[in-house]
Amino acid sequence: MNLPIYASTGQKVWYYSFRVICGLIFFFLIAPILIIIPLSFNATDFFTFTPEMLRLQPEGYSLKHYQDFFTNNDWQNAMRNSLKIAPVATLIAVVLGTVAAIGLSQSHVPFRRAIMATLISPMIVPLIISATGMYFFYARLGNYMVDSLGMNANIVEYIKIVLAHAALGIPFVIITVTATLVGFDRSLTRAAASMGAGPVRTFFKVQMPLIIPGVISGALFAFITSFDEVVVVMFVGSAKNKTLPWQMFTGLREQISPTILAVATILVVLSVMLLVTLELLRRRSERLRGMSPG
Amino acid sequence: MEQIQTLNGVPLKKQIARALFKQKMRALLLIAPLLIFILITFVIPITDMLLRSIDNSIVSETLPQTTASLETWDPKAAQLPDEATYLALYNDLKLAIEQKNHTKLGTRLNYESSGMSSLFRKVGKDVSKMQASVSYKEQFLAADKAWGDLKTWNLLKLYSPEYTTGYFLAALDMKKTPDGIEMLPESDRIYLNLFARTIFMSIVITALCLLLGYPIAWLLANLPMRTSNLLMILVLLPFWTSLLVRTSAWKVLLQQQGVINDILVWLGVITNAGRLELINNQLGTLIAMTHILLPFMILPLYSVMRTIPPSYMRAAKSLGATDWTAFWRVYFPQTIAGIGAGAILTFILAIGYYITPELVGGTQGTFISNRIAYHISSSLNWGMAAALGTILLTLVLVLYWVYDRIVGIDKVKLG
Repeated sequence: MNLPIYASTGQKVWYYSFRVICGLIFFFLIAPILIIIPLSFNATDFFTFTPEMLRLQPEGYSLKHYQDFFTNNDWQNAMRNSLKIAPVATLIAVVLGTVAAIGLSQSHVPFRRAIMATLISPMIVPLIISATGMYFFYARLGNYMVDSLGMNANIVEYIKIVLAHAALGIPFVIITVTATLVGFDRSLTRAAASMGAGPVRTFFKVQMPLIIPGVISGALFAFITSFDEVVVVMFVGSAKNKTLPWQMFTGLREQISPTILAVATILVVLSVMLLVTLELLRRRSERLRGMSPG
Repeated sequence: MEQIQTLNGVPLKKQIARALFKQKMRALLLIAPLLIFILITFVIPITDMLLRSIDNSIVSETLPQTTASLETWDPKAAQLPDEATYLALYNDLKLAIEQKNHTKLGTRLNYESSGMSSLFRKVGKDVSKMQASVSYKEQFLAADKAWGDLKTWNLLKLYSPEYTTGYFLAALDMKKTPDGIEMLPESDRIYLNLFARTIFMSIVITALCLLLGYPIAWLLANLPMRTSNLLMILVLLPFWTSLLVRTSAWKVLLQQQGVINDILVWLGVITNAGRLELINNQLGTLIAMTHILLPFMILPLYSVMRTIPPSYMRAAKSLGATDWTAFWRVYFPQTIAGIGAGAILTFILAIGYYITPELVGGTQGTFISNRIAYHISSSLNWGMAAALGTILLTLVLVLYWVYDRIVGIDKVKLG
């Protein structure tokens, strides 16, 4: 990769210009995300750097957009709704997904390809189509639950969104958990069984600790899918269930308020935390695999 | 030949088959809950949508007697239906008006021919005044001359069946007439253009992603592990950042009073009066979507490039190849699989995008998905939304199948 000493001028020019080009592409990737962070501390309601901000004067900066986010009822409701929906959807996706991934990784599974394709499909089908399909079907399902089962309309709304989001998160759990199971040494479960452990005990004591990194990263994917999802929730839910991305979407479409930048910054911090967690998990997983004899 | 038997006297073959069957059942049992869950929450809703795109039961359900009576009517004869049909229409409408269904039918038929909605709204008042002593045919003709127009009856006959291809034809800018299927006049065609634009822009976005992603993937695959892991963060952070955050960032940056225009004015590239329009047009969609989908191109390319030993390039060069020849003849062909995987993935994601085009695309930069959303939430023409969705879904599934052939769906990697 390093430039050899015998490189010609042309090669040197290309070597350095290639680095510059790559630098520019990296800049294109990361700059839009980073630039909203200082902008969110803007003391005015503009979406650009004011002269005060450029001169780094403290008057140019303020936390007022953050204050607005934490005091405004719309935003707080949206935040609460998001936090109510995403964890439950994630839980459903992870429990069902992990069990199914273990089933799928057995050596003899009939119709494996077809089953896999079905389970992954929520990830492939464009969101707008999933949303359209769910819009029609869930409306009827909801009416049935309210009219025939006599359930509370608010709870039904909530259940509808959670089910839809769980379906969207499942492919990610399946993919990450099956990927971890590929490196799983099957003789370990046999060893556990030969020592008298039942299937449940084997699962929790032997298999689970080894595949936990895959399960957690699948869970993170499922969580972020639900937390970040806006199309399906707009079609399936009602205004009462407005989530954070939905609120952002309306804000961006109607009158864009600088509070969005504060929310965006908070979400960027959240994704940095996710990224770090995933990296730590990956390292742990690699370390564990290095130790296992398979 | 003697059969091998297990200890308890069962033939070994049978015993193995039994064990295998048990194993298969156990696997299926583990998968079953999720499969059922996905079928109910996802597959059935999608199928339901597919059916809706051909469902036309509203005509025959609202006007059962009329549609039955029209079965024997020959539109080619160019004569109005007989008195019996008008009587059937009267009976059907009377019931429909009681249940307030006639306006719904009007809305449905209005998709096929404008003016139907007002005709059916008006007939509500007319029918209540009709008397049994006079011919219904004459009373209908007196109420509105549209009832004496062959076109109205042709339309009713064309849309009598319970299933229709009407929505699909409309989604392809075609129309049913008694003489067969015709293209709409040039000025009324919207959907074919929209499909063409969606596909064209998705191709451009995919090409841009490839152009920008290839060098980055190459760099990441060839740098020492420590540096490349560090630079990988620059790819993964956008990948993990909320879609709406990235879209709002672009919305803020590209505005006329936004950061990019400000910098350009400050640099003196453009004057304050001549600020560029970077958003609410196709350019806005292209920039924002390329940024959003770029990681989906880089990651598959990177995972393929990692596996290419650097010694191949060195070998080519030692045999006298120039840098370019070595790259083009030795390195590039080995990355084709990665390009295919990345390109299909990016294209599939691009073609179905809704949020970003909606927010930064204005009127010219929107996709077919935006039209689907419009039909669901604004125009309430659900059949049309379903038909457009079905066409888009078919397109995506074909690509999905190709992707599965090339890459294998279980080899998808995340992060």
